[in-house]
Amino acid sequence: MTTQSETGLVESAAVAPTVGTPRHHIIIFFTLLVLLLLAPFVLYPVFVMKVLCFALFASALNLLLGFGGLLSFGHAAFFGSASYVAAHAAKVWGLNPEIAILLGVGAAALLGLGIGALAIRRQGIYFAMVTLAFAQMVYFIAVQAPFTGGEDGIQAVPRGRLFGLIDLTSDLTLYFVVLAIVVAALLGIYRIIHSPFGQVLKAIRDNEPRSISLGYKVDRYKLAVFVMSATLAGLAGATKAIVFQLSSLTDVYWSMSGEVVLMTLLGGMGTVFGPLVGAAAIVTMENYLAGFGAWVTVIQGVIFVASVMLFREGIVGVLAKWLKKPL
Amino acid sequence: MFELLGIPPQALFGQLLLGLINGSFYALLSLGLAVIFGLLNIINFSHGAQYMMGAFVAWMLMTYAGINYWWALLIVPIVVGATGVVIERVMIARLYHLDHLYGLLLTFGLALIIQGLFRNQYGVSGLPYSIPTELSGGTNLGFMFLPNYRAWVVVASAVVCFGTWFAIEKTKLGAYLRAATENPTLVGAFGINVPRMITLTYGFGVALAALAGVLAAPIYSVNPNMGADLIIVVFAVVVIGGMGSILGAILTGFGLGIVEGLTRVFYPEASSVVIFVIMALVLLVKPAGLFGRTA
Repeated sequence: MTTQSETGLVESAAVAPTVGTPRHHIIIFFTLLVLLLLAPFVLYPVFVMKVLCFALFASALNLLLGFGGLLSFGHAAFFGSASYVAAHAAKVWGLNPEIAILLGVGAAALLGLGIGALAIRRQGIYFAMVTLAFAQMVYFIAVQAPFTGGEDGIQAVPRGRLFGLIDLTSDLTLYFVVLAIVVAALLGIYRIIHSPFGQVLKAIRDNEPRSISLGYKVDRYKLAVFVMSATLAGLAGATKAIVFQLSSLTDVYWSMSGEVVLMTLLGGMGTVFGPLVGAAAIVTMENYLAGFGAWVTVIQGVIFVASVMLFREGIVGVLAKWLKKPL
Repeated sequence: MFELLGIPPQALFGQLLLGLINGSFYALLSLGLAVIFGLLNIINFSHGAQYMMGAFVAWMLMTYAGINYWWALLIVPIVVGATGVVIERVMIARLYHLDHLYGLLLTFGLALIIQGLFRNQYGVSGLPYSIPTELSGGTNLGFMFLPNYRAWVVVASAVVCFGTWFAIEKTKLGAYLRAATENPTLVGAFGINVPRMITLTYGFGVALAALAGVLAAPIYSVNPNMGADLIIVVFAVVVIGGMGSILGAILTGFGLGIVEGLTRVFYPEASSVVIFVIMALVLLVKPAGLFGRTA
C-alpha cells in the first residue's frame, strides 16, 4: 500500500500567525451578531434557527476536518442520536428543554468517545469509511430501536419551559435562546481553534510524523478533537429537535453526514466563518428547491463536484485569499 | 428430518444461500474498490451508484431495445465502464496531485448526481427485471430447494473474482499493474503509459460494479437507491479485509456474506449490524484489516 499523503487537504489555511484575536474577526463577529439579532424580525424565525443549527453542526465538523485534518463521513450519528435523546427526554420524560438538550449532548459525547477511539486507529480515507460505517450502524439501530419511533420518528416534541420559567412556544422567544446557545458554542470553537491545543491539532494535520517526533501524543489529540466535534454536533442536533419538535431517521442517515460535509466544503474548510456561510447557502437552497424533489440531491451533487474541481478553498477561503486575511 | 441447534435445515440453508448471494455482491464490489484503490489511491464513492446504473442499463436494454439478459451481461459493463473512463479523464485525473480525500468528495458528489437523476426519471418504487428463462425454476437438493438463478449468481461472481485475481496476479498486464501500484514513476520511465493504465483500471473497476448490477437486477428490484446502502456495508467489508490484497477482498466479501446469513438465522435482530460489529472488533485487534499490510 502506498503511503498516505500527509498534507494538502486544507490549502487555504496557510496563514501568518497572529497574536491575540485579529481585529477584523471581532468586527465580523459583532456585525454577524447584530444581523442575527435583527434577523427574526425580517425573516421567518424557524428558518433562521435552522440555519443556526446547521451552522453549528458544520462548524463542529470543521473543527475536526479543517483543523484536525480528519474527514468524518458519519457525523449524522452524533447529530441524530442527540436529537433522538433530547426529543425522548422532552416528550416521554417531560424534562425541561435545557436538561433534554444536555442529555442529548451527553449521549453524542459518549458515542463520539466510542466511535472516535476506534476510528482514529485508521487514517485518511479509511477513517472516512470507518466513521461512515459506524454511522450506518447507528442508523440501523435507530430503525429497529423501539424508542425512536421507526419511520415516524419522535413527533410533537414539546418545547417546554426553559429552566421551568420561560415558555418557549413562541418562535421569537425560542429564537433568542437558540441564538445564545449557538453563539456560545461558536465562540467556544473559536477559542479551541486558537488555543495551544488548536495549534497542536494544526501541526498534526499538516505533518503527523513530525508531531509524533516532537513528542506529542497524537492519538490523544485526535480523540479529544473527535469527541469535542461529536459533542458540538450533538448540541446542534438536540437543539434542532427542540426547534422543530421532531427527530427522525433523516437526522441519522448518511445523506445528513454528506450534507454537513458539503456545507463545510462549500463555505471553506479550515476557515472560521466558512461553515456558517456554507450552512446558510445550503439551507437556503434546500428551502427554495423543496418542491423539486430529487433535484435537490442532484444540485447538492453538482455543488460537491464544482467545489472539488473549481474552488477547493470554499467561498470564505476564496474571500480570505482575496483580502489576504485569515477569515 | 434432522434439526441443527433447533433450526430447521431449510431455514438454515436458505439463509446460508442468501448470505452467499449477498457475499457474492460484497466480493464483486469490494474487489472493484480494491482494484481502483490500488492504482488510483482513491475510494470510489460512486461505486454503489455505478452498480445501480448497471442494473438500470440492463433494464433499459430489455425494455427499450429488447436486448436480453445474456447480451446485457456483456454490453452493460462496457457501457457503464465507458462512462467511468470519461469521469476519470475529465475529473478524477485532475485531482491526483491533491489529498486523496478530494477524490472521495468528488465521487460522493457524482453518486448524488447519478442517484438523483435516476430517482427523478424512474421514482423509487423499483422496476421488475425477470429472470432469464434458461435459469428460471430451481433444483431440489434434498435438504433444500435451490433456485437456479441464485446458484448462477454465486458461480458467476466466483468465476469473475477468480478471473480478476488471475489477471492481476498471474499475467504480464497484471504485473505492470502491480508495479505501477508500487511505483508509478519508475514504471512510466520503462515506457509504459501509466496514465492510460490508470484510466482503464478505473473503467474496469466501474465495469465490475456494473456487472454486479446486472447480476443483481433479477434478484432485487431495479431501484435508484439499491446501491446507496449496500456500498456502505461494502466499505465496512473493505475496512475488515484491508485493501492490500485482491484475494483478501474476495474472501472477506464471501465470508462476511455467510456470517451475515448465519446471524439472520440465530439472532435476526443483529443481522443488519453484525458486519459493523465485526469491523469494530477488527479495528481493535488488527487495525490494518485481516489481509492488510500495516501502513
